[in-house]
Amino acid sequence: MQVKPTDSSSESASESIVTDGSGSKTSSFSFETSSSNIEVTWNERLRDFYEEFIYKPGLVAWDDRRTRIGAAIMFVYVSMGVIAWLGAWLGFYPEPTTNQAERGLQPFQTLDAPLGTTQSGEDVLAMAIHATPEMLIMVTAGGIFATGVAVLTGTLAGYKGGSVDRAVTSFSDVAMSIPGLPLIMVLAVVFRPRNPILIGILLTINYWAGLGRSIRSQVLTLREEPYVEASRTMGVSTRRILTKDIIPNLMPFVLVNFANAARYVVFASVGLYYLGILPSSVENWGLQLENAYTQAGALVGTGALYQLLVPMVSIMGIALSLILLAQGLDRVFNPRVRTRLAGESESVRSEETEESSKTEMMP
Amino acid sequence: MSNYYVQRTIRAVLTIWVVITVTFGMIRLLPGGPLVQLRAKLIRQGISSSRINAMLETYQNVRPDQPIYIQYYDYITSLLTGDLGKSFSDSRTVTAIIADALPWTVFIMVTATILIFVIAVVWGALMAYNEGSTFDLFSSSASILFASVPFYVLAIALVVVFGYQLELLPTGYRKSPGVEPGLSLTFVMDALYHALLPIVSMVVTGAGLQALAMRGNSIQVLGADFVRVARLRGLSDRRISVRYVARNAILPMYTGFLTLIGFNLGGSIILEQVFHYTGIGFYMFQALENRDYPLMMGIFLVITVALVLAVYIADLTYGLIDPRVKSGDASEAY
Repeated sequence: MQVKPTDSSSESASESIVTDGSGSKTSSFSFETSSSNIEVTWNERLRDFYEEFIYKPGLVAWDDRRTRIGAAIMFVYVSMGVIAWLGAWLGFYPEPTTNQAERGLQPFQTLDAPLGTTQSGEDVLAMAIHATPEMLIMVTAGGIFATGVAVLTGTLAGYKGGSVDRAVTSFSDVAMSIPGLPLIMVLAVVFRPRNPILIGILLTINYWAGLGRSIRSQVLTLREEPYVEASRTMGVSTRRILTKDIIPNLMPFVLVNFANAARYVVFASVGLYYLGILPSSVENWGLQLENAYTQAGALVGTGALYQLLVPMVSIMGIALSLILLAQGLDRVFNPRVRTRLAGESESVRSEETEESSKTEMMP
Repeated sequence: MSNYYVQRTIRAVLTIWVVITVTFGMIRLLPGGPLVQLRAKLIRQGISSSRINAMLETYQNVRPDQPIYIQYYDYITSLLTGDLGKSFSDSRTVTAIIADALPWTVFIMVTATILIFVIAVVWGALMAYNEGSTFDLFSSSASILFASVPFYVLAIALVVVFGYQLELLPTGYRKSPGVEPGLSLTFVMDALYHALLPIVSMVVTGAGLQALAMRGNSIQVLGADFVRVARLRGLSDRRISVRYVARNAILPMYTGFLTLIGFNLGGSIILEQVFHYTGIGFYMFQALENRDYPLMMGIFLVITVALVLAVYIADLTYGLIDPRVKSGDASEAY
């Protein structure tokens, strides 16, 4: 199949399914070979972790049509990012500049600028492509920050309980009550961030709070699990219980919310670039949108409509991909589907896309 | 039980206090923060330094020459009396600007949110009842597709198509010139006419994911034991769908509904810019562009307080609707 691994771990999960779809589970995996000089126990532990939390959930996720479409779309964006990055580096797909082609060219006229040019002669396709690497970095940084802080606060509050819980929970309650977009805008105006990683973090500055609350309630159920209790009785340290027993079980849930947070980053960043609140250092679909809307006269005639459509499609595509991935991965989180998979994978195929089998429950 | 309400009230007040303190901290303590930049701007305009302090006081309710705790006290007391300072770019006070703009934004956002809720409940329930059918598959795909469109992208598309190409609807502004606000039919129709596109762009992009959430809730309730028992007891389909399924499926969405109003208030900054709709979002953007910190901070505070109040009301009334919440303290432990 055509899908390659991408930046998020969900992607690498999908990839592994592709390579091992027909083969045995014990074939070697890419990231193991990279750490081959580490002692064997590490290797085995990695393999266990991989089997339990990446391979098996990945199999369920991959079986879902939504995950597959989402991953395919995301692959397009990652390729765009690679093309932009390599192109700027090797010079085969240059960054858009003014007067690089004839001005105001309609799409599908020449191969120099397949999607036409702007009023100042910039290649529209190049603009869209060169906006991708920064967007991917932003989305990844925002997603990692939001889910990371959420996991940290959620597990701490949920597992520790008592006054720690109360303190962390009230803190995230306050953070949750502050409206995200206006806060981000005020901070963006005061700090003028330019680094895409910083922007990603800024955009999710209070996004983690709601997520942290739901992770907390997950942890509250997990900590009552027999094996966690067993670890506690055996005197295993809290840190070890958290990292070995609790957090791995949150993985699918975290992955789903990573995709949701990433979508939020896309929407917010493009919106802020559109308004010109974030300082514009490089290309962005929001800037492109703004340019087409206010300057190119896309409003009055139909002539410049393509300049509006290209960034619109770019934004919708990446958002669609993230929603599909989140929806598909959501199925992994459903314990019913997971246990079924753990036995044999053929039964999963028959279940199609539905997360709850109503027919079983209904008279 | 009353304990829960008391605690919840304390938390709401505490949150508002924290947010006020945070804005004060941003204004006063951040290096390169608003007060510093405001002062720099005034110096650039050639105003003598002795007058600047007096001006800063009217603009931001902060007397820079006083000790910090007095500044803080001044700031809080003036906020509590409704004095949000004076706008830098507009000749009016911040309170006057907000009083003029807020009703329009609230009108759009409340209408949009109610429509989103109604559509989501009906559509989601229909999907759940017909789970697995072509209708369900088609609707689910459509709602995912709608959710992948940011509201401002749809807003731009709507302005281009209906405003400029077809010239059916206004491309901006909250009312036609010459129409006076009042309870006349012309005014109401005119206001609705201008609000139509903003509301549509919020509803179309917002309803999809909510409908999917409702679908999920309904499917879960449909599979619950009490619904099965109700069927075995021979209750009518109508009674089961309204009293058993609908009620239990809508409840989880209720808090989300009020939170959505507050959330959308924040989104109004982008939306109102696209439509040149002079609500608080529009003024907030003006303030951001002009570095009009008093107005910026004032609107930020108002939006935050609105959000806190919305969630507060949601939490309090949730207990009235769902009797189980009255044991709020006990369930909090879980």
